Amino acid sequence: MTPLEKLKYDVVVIGAGGAGLRAAVEARAAGLRVAIVCKSLFGKAHTVMAEGGAAASMGNVNEKDNWQVHFRDTMRGGKFLNHYRMAELHAKESPDRIWELEVWGALFDRTKEGKISQRNFGGHEYPRLAHVGDRTGLELIRTMQQRIVALQQQDAKESGNAESHIKVFAELTITEILKENGKIAGAYGYWRENGNEVLFEAPTVIVATGGVGKTFKITSNSWEGTGDGHALALKAGANLVDMEFLQFHPTGMVWPPSVRGILVTESVRGEGGILTNSLNERFMFKYIPEVFKDKYADNDAEADRWYLDQDNNRRPPELLPRDEVSRAINAEVKAGRGTEHGGVYLDVSKRIPADVIKKRLPSMWHQFYELAGVDITKEAMEVGPTCHYVMGGVEVEADTAAAVGVPGLFAAGEVAGGMHGSNRLGGNSLSDLLVFGRRAGMGAVEYAKKNPTATVSEKAIADAAARIEAPFSRAGGENSYSLHAELQEVTHNLVGIIRTGKEVEEAIEKIAAIRARSANVAVAGTRQFNPGFHLAFDLDNMLLVAESTAKSALLREESRGGHTRDDFPGMNSKWRQVNHISSFDGKDVNVKAQPLPPIPKELFDLFDIHELEKYMTPEEIAKGGSN
Amino acid sequence: MATGVFSASRAKIKERTLRTDRWWLQPLITFSVLFSFIIYATFRAFENKYYFAEPLVSPLYSPCLSTACIEGSSPLGQPFNNEYFGIGISPALFILIFPLGFRMTCYYYRKSYYRAFWMSPPACAVAEPHAKYTGETRAPLILQNSHRWFFYAGLVFNVLLTYDAVIAFRNEEKEWGHMSIGTLVLLFSATTLWLYSLSCHTCRHTIGGRLKHFSKHPIRYKTWTWISALNHKHPTFAWISLFGVAFADIYVRQVASGAWTNFYLF
Amino acid sequence: MARKLNLRIWRGDATDGGLKNVEVEANEGEVVLDLIHRVQATQMGDLAVRWNCKAGKCGSCSMEINGKPRLACMTQVSSFPEGEEITITPLRAFPVIKDLVTDVSFNYRKAMEIPSYEHPKNLAPGEARMEQIDVERSQEFRKCIECFLCQDVCHVVRDHEENKKSFAGPRFFIRIAELDMHPLDMLKNRKQKAQEEHGLGMCNITKCCTEVCPEHIRITDNAIIPMKERVVDVKYDPVRWLGSKIRKREGIV
Repeated sequence: MTPLEKLKYDVVVIGAGGAGLRAAVEARAAGLRVAIVCKSLFGKAHTVMAEGGAAASMGNVNEKDNWQVHFRDTMRGGKFLNHYRMAELHAKESPDRIWELEVWGALFDRTKEGKISQRNFGGHEYPRLAHVGDRTGLELIRTMQQRIVALQQQDAKESGNAESHIKVFAELTITEILKENGKIAGAYGYWRENGNEVLFEAPTVIVATGGVGKTFKITSNSWEGTGDGHALALKAGANLVDMEFLQFHPTGMVWPPSVRGILVTESVRGEGGILTNSLNERFMFKYIPEVFKDKYADNDAEADRWYLDQDNNRRPPELLPRDEVSRAINAEVKAGRGTEHGGVYLDVSKRIPADVIKKRLPSMWHQFYELAGVDITKEAMEVGPTCHYVMGGVEVEADTAAAVGVPGLFAAGEVAGGMHGSNRLGGNSLSDLLVFGRRAGMGAVEYAKKNPTATVSEKAIADAAARIEAPFSRAGGENSYSLHAELQEVTHNLVGIIRTGKEVEEAIEKIAAIRARSANVAVAGTRQFNPGFHLAFDLDNMLLVAESTAKSALLREESRGGHTRDDFPGMNSKWRQVNHISSFDGKDVNVKAQPLPPIPKELFDLFDIHELEKYMTPEEIAKGGSN
Repeated sequence: MATGVFSASRAKIKERTLRTDRWWLQPLITFSVLFSFIIYATFRAFENKYYFAEPLVSPLYSPCLSTACIEGSSPLGQPFNNEYFGIGISPALFILIFPLGFRMTCYYYRKSYYRAFWMSPPACAVAEPHAKYTGETRAPLILQNSHRWFFYAGLVFNVLLTYDAVIAFRNEEKEWGHMSIGTLVLLFSATTLWLYSLSCHTCRHTIGGRLKHFSKHPIRYKTWTWISALNHKHPTFAWISLFGVAFADIYVRQVASGAWTNFYLF
Repeated sequence: MARKLNLRIWRGDATDGGLKNVEVEANEGEVVLDLIHRVQATQMGDLAVRWNCKAGKCGSCSMEINGKPRLACMTQVSSFPEGEEITITPLRAFPVIKDLVTDVSFNYRKAMEIPSYEHPKNLAPGEARMEQIDVERSQEFRKCIECFLCQDVCHVVRDHEENKKSFAGPRFFIRIAELDMHPLDMLKNRKQKAQEEHGLGMCNITKCCTEVCPEHIRITDNAIIPMKERVVDVKYDPVRWLGSKIRKREGIV
């Protein structure tokens, strides 16, 4: 047995996506020693998948844009469930975070004046998304990665050791966040390459592990999105907030299997793509809600005319808000009118000439052609809702990104909750990473200065080691691959895009049963790069996350943003005042309601009172903000 | 000691390549064609006759500037002596240094012959047979960096060969206003040579590639985008122009030797 | 619809290994990575493979399929003729760790050797102005997803282990080109360093890097050759060298 590798750092960052790297840069700038730990190779984090851009009210394209407008858009998008302070910080600071990337070598697309170009996106009042074609996430992660390298080069010059202040531990899984005397003391994990164990002793841990998509059957997330940070933080005593809110994008690919879950951009529908079921009906006409009837066409002819004359015709129903479209697709499939593979058809080929499709949707054409062998100029795509983003996450203090209740623990990026409320706007994720990645770094610096040392007890080490060894000692136990598949089936069917109380209750039972069996997961082979072994730990995390999601979903008896209850279809102002807080007692996840922090007057006053009336109770309106 | 894909640390696989396609076909074709051209050009360079048939001159013998040349074969006259150390040398040998130097150092031909002749590598992901490799870092291959000098020389040759094509709009009595098959052959050869030179990587670099700010040089930027488009087709032009030159020489040779008659269109 | 396929998958580690035959079901529209996952879930639970996004955007699932360096998530099963065996091996230019996973740390070491971007000192955040046409060349190179297929296929290191010390490889030549063409980068001696320290001269432009690039970056034509020409400007062209001494010409030094 290889001896335990014991390392001492000031900060351990778990996750090397945009948020983790930004946090590391900030901590290093203050002179701290930082370990960056990630499950994949350096630079492969899910951040690369972001396409559209990073929202920041720089006002390069429309001068009227400013942080107040961005704040308003964000709150509206989140249906006012957002943590107001996070949304405020985000709106105020994102321009600086984008500009700073440029100082580090990022090359965004430009305006005619040579400034960073900004594009329109759903929910944003003005063109606001800084972008590089449709690969903005890649630009962001590469810039951060290269910034880390630049800092390491500086360290090499100064100290002779490039890794004196920042070291990247790639392909290392953290299995536990360790505490001593109620405070963070470090983290424990193993190298995926050989299974050798590593102990990090550090007074601060920043989780920046991204999302939970792999809990679901159909997702746009990569294998890494297994909710590790959510679960690790939960087990370390932190809370998760509003885990019932998951963003399902209505059009993910469902077939061929090689591309299941991958996003089909909204522009396909914007350009004239129509949705049909297996009976060849354009079904969206049936799903126009009463409140939208005056804005959406109820017949083919008018919908078609809209593309030519938008002033005198109502919009095609395919362009209804994401949750409406997702709900409709879901209903069609449940009614047995879905395609063979459980989706519906999205077709542009019959409406737009081939050369126009290739010109307006180049990346989509490319994506389908290269990944699926489907020529979208000739055939229909099969699409269905795909799990895209989790709005819920670790409950944090807005200014420091410190996890509530666990001194020394911080969270930033998708793993942190609150910022996006019940629904995230496109483009707000990349800027969120940067703004709160930096703040988590600052928070860690401040904390580590006051709490410079951390020591992990022998007992904690022994327990963590035993947990890693356990799957090998259970001959003939459960197979982690099949348990994962079962879990995905449960979440997909019972806590997916449309939920009912009964189904969610059933899900809670089933998840508990899978969790009981997962305690008996056995792994064949050795510790050397063994994916079955790796999955065993991911599975643990996903089960906790799923439990938290299901239990929160059961409590929230309304439909809002990324949480739709068939048995409670409307939005209810009373529920807007409530966050759902998940905690873990060592055995079960418990969820309780907690009042939302009231919005202060100066932010309250940024809105039209009639708009707020749609979301807030008369008492809240009468109060007019908290101070 | 084993190196490369057979190094101790690499995955133990005994095959030099696991490619299942006909990866050897492309280098084989390249080798055959280039080798045939070399044989033919060598033969012609030493043949030292049949390169001029009023008004046509072979591109392999133009500009024919030595006293050994057939009188009237060069519009620039024959100012150079052809005798060195008492030996008469074929003028083609002096002339060919430049166009061959241009092609030898051309980035596209380098790829072709490194693969097809030197097998370094014969094809992608096919292990090369050499134990050591230093690339173009030392003599003689460091001389590949002289490509731009040959490019400049090539431009001079293009002007001269274009002139040759223009004066081919005359008949055998040097009267203007005529056109023969030979005119077309020389025109084709000159045109493809221009396309080959202008599409070359050095040309692309010189025109605009070396700039840091395109926006400060709008005309050079425009030209650069145009040259870049041509540059995509550089390999095609490299082959077409090679055939163009070879065919022009064959044509002139056949006419000069009396085997073919140069048919006049008007 | 579904068909049976024979795969030969390399299994082993640094000490030993070989191709193992396995039969697997393949469905319409699947890519090689799907087959590997099916083998993993049903027959070889401990088969090691790297992958992430499964959409050709992260560059993790690099391997060699029928001898060609490729991304497994971008290789359609239907591109192989019916009945043909598919051979899957790890990248052959890097040390193998286990099965299809190799030690690609060479690339991260090389990344560390390339001098970073240097922003103009007097230019505050938000003040940068760059024209779109001035950033486009570098943007092409920033499309790189770091799959390292170009590094794998390049015979300079693939076939000559000893060259790894002195050769940065195509991925880092495009990084150097990106920075040298960056409209605001202030570092002056990238060209000399490219030739003297990063082994640009080792490249004999046989273009395999361009052939395997899944992002279709024109590595050779747009980065390596332009860098070679820029090196000629500063090292092998007396006229230009003289010109640069007399008056500072743009693009030189």
